[in-house]
Amino acid sequence: MVSETITPDQVILWQRGFLVLNSTICYTWGVMALLTLGSWLITRRLSFDAKLSRWQNLLEIIVVFVQEQIREISDQEPARYLPYIGTLFLFVAVSNVLEVLPGYHAPTASLSTNSALAISVLFAVPIYGITEQGFFSYVRHYVQPSVIMLPFHILGELSRTLALAVRLFGNMMSGAKIAAILLAVAPLFLPILMNALGLLIGLIQAYIFAILAMVYIASAGNAHRSKNEDHHGEEFEKREKRHG
Amino acid sequence: MDSLTILGVVSIITAGACMAIGSIAPALGEARAVSTALSSIAQQPDEAGTISRTLFVGLAMIESVAIYCFVVSMILIFANPFWNYVVSKTGG
Repeated sequence: MVSETITPDQVILWQRGFLVLNSTICYTWGVMALLTLGSWLITRRLSFDAKLSRWQNLLEIIVVFVQEQIREISDQEPARYLPYIGTLFLFVAVSNVLEVLPGYHAPTASLSTNSALAISVLFAVPIYGITEQGFFSYVRHYVQPSVIMLPFHILGELSRTLALAVRLFGNMMSGAKIAAILLAVAPLFLPILMNALGLLIGLIQAYIFAILAMVYIASAGNAHRSKNEDHHGEEFEKREKRHG
Repeated sequence: MDSLTILGVVSIITAGACMAIGSIAPALGEARAVSTALSSIAQQPDEAGTISRTLFVGLAMIESVAIYCFVVSMILIFANPFWNYVVSKTGG
């Protein structure tokens, strides 16, 4: 990517008439194919005894890690959220990490990919909330504590969607940008260091994206539950007893 | 100066000022968040997992302000929406 283009949308690989294949679309499908094929190949021969193949071990580590994080954030069984949150995390993480390959442009460095992911979070929050609590009791939390708060709730949902998309875009784009600028200024060692830093930032951003999606989903569910059930006090007492 | 020069000068200066001024407050905020989290971990090492996860999420929230500034300055420098308009107006 030359330093004048700030998104991989502008890198056009193939064009005929109004059909444009830019590198965002191409690499998004590449990452999706890699994830799907990889999971299919690994889960084809699962073993239940103590001897695991190393790829199954890797996949189990990732799945257990995502499950643990979901359980700690939401205090619920992770099985409902695992497919969605895990997919978000794996897609963002893989497309960020593959940036070490020469010629690859991370699809997350384009605002269109990130907007799509963030809009899917925007829709996932009410879908999870409604299936959990029913339509009316979910919608009621928009007018808590009074009707005056309704526009602020809606504004908050929209602005955090924007923030989710722009945060990932800014972080990934800045990584690619700084690497490109340093390549022009000091091409010997510094780009390697910045690429290593970019890998770290890419993984952290993938983690944060998934965690924030989970926090939004869990908070929409919790706002209702904590009002109805008063089991938090009991839980606190139990924990106190266990520690003290 | 013709309008193209003015546009270029204003864009570059604004991009620099946006980044410089806009990163002050997030830097202070992040420093404060990290120092508070460190002293909390020092007091309660058992809760280090929860504290650091919350710290990461909070840092991401604070950092997004600086990221907005960065995106705005990048747009001003590399993808200025008024550039092509002024070029077509002045015929340069």
